[in-house]
Amino acid sequence: MKSLKQFAVILFFSFIGEALHALIPLPVPASIYGIILLFLALQRKWIQLRDIHGIVVFLIQIMPVLFVPAAAGLIKSWPVLQPALLPYLVITVFSTVAVMVVTGHVTQLIIRKSRR
Amino acid sequence: MYEFWHHSLFFGTLLTLAAYGAGVWLKEKSGSPLLNPLLSAIVITIAFLLIFGIDYDTYYDGAKYVSYLLTPATVCLAVPLYEQLETMKKNITAVVVGVTASVVTSLTVILVMAVLFGLDHAGYVTLLPKSITTAIGMGVTEELGGYVSITVAVIIVTGILGNIIAEPVCRIFRIKEPIAKGIAIGSAAHAIGTVKAMEMGAAEGAMSSLAIVAAGILTVFGASIYAMIF
Repeated sequence: MKSLKQFAVILFFSFIGEALHALIPLPVPASIYGIILLFLALQRKWIQLRDIHGIVVFLIQIMPVLFVPAAAGLIKSWPVLQPALLPYLVITVFSTVAVMVVTGHVTQLIIRKSRR
Repeated sequence: MYEFWHHSLFFGTLLTLAAYGAGVWLKEKSGSPLLNPLLSAIVITIAFLLIFGIDYDTYYDGAKYVSYLLTPATVCLAVPLYEQLETMKKNITAVVVGVTASVVTSLTVILVMAVLFGLDHAGYVTLLPKSITTAIGMGVTEELGGYVSITVAVIIVTGILGNIIAEPVCRIFRIKEPIAKGIAIGSAAHAIGTVKAMEMGAAEGAMSSLAIVAAGILTVFGASIYAMIF
């Protein structure tokens, strides 16, 4: 029963996120509203960490598997992707590395500066 | 046989879990960090569908129950964030500047490269949200008039790529602060990258989760400005 209750709490925040997504005309998905609301609820102590801990550990642990079905959908978008594959691929690889490096260094620089 | 695949309730989820299990097994057996379990699982799933001539929609009809958990799992990222609240507060300037830098870098690099490759406007805006979480990215592309299905594909490829290169990139480019690693991974490779950040450590995971939210929302506004440039 305990895990069911925990799962219900997470579903509740997912559902409220869904409702906000439907009400607010921004391209912000349910999950983002859900994260923000659950964070606030924890911070305000409306929800105790131990009340959801088990389900949270479980769901975060299985998270990589959850991306497999959508990612396998690449076979479906292959016909649209293929004609312009090279530019898309080069831009994707280069920009991902660039963002990671620049962001990491900018963040690191400020952290180290503030320590001095 | 075809009829059977079409009506099986459990096949899609079973294939997904088995493919991921095989991916984990491959990594453990080989000991190679290059054999990323997520990437192996995707390759195995696609190979299986192609070899047995199973339609993606047929597979997804069963596998959608796996995807169903994606929103609840993402909501759970609030917990590491909450647990690292003090770290976040102490480094708020670094976090804000880091995320802003990530969004500006992403949009600018895509703008420059789109011009270099001679992409048209639709192709360019399709790529703008490539580093953010799929659900926000789809909305951005739709709003700006790009190709949504390509955006989804590019976002997933970005995530897998980020997941794989996160550790080597941090090592080669000497990104050593856990907070800097987390912000870099989350803002470059959204939730799929965050999976790797979680493995690296609690601070990395929490900051990566934070970066998904912050970079995602900032990109909604940034992309609409960049869409007017070219």
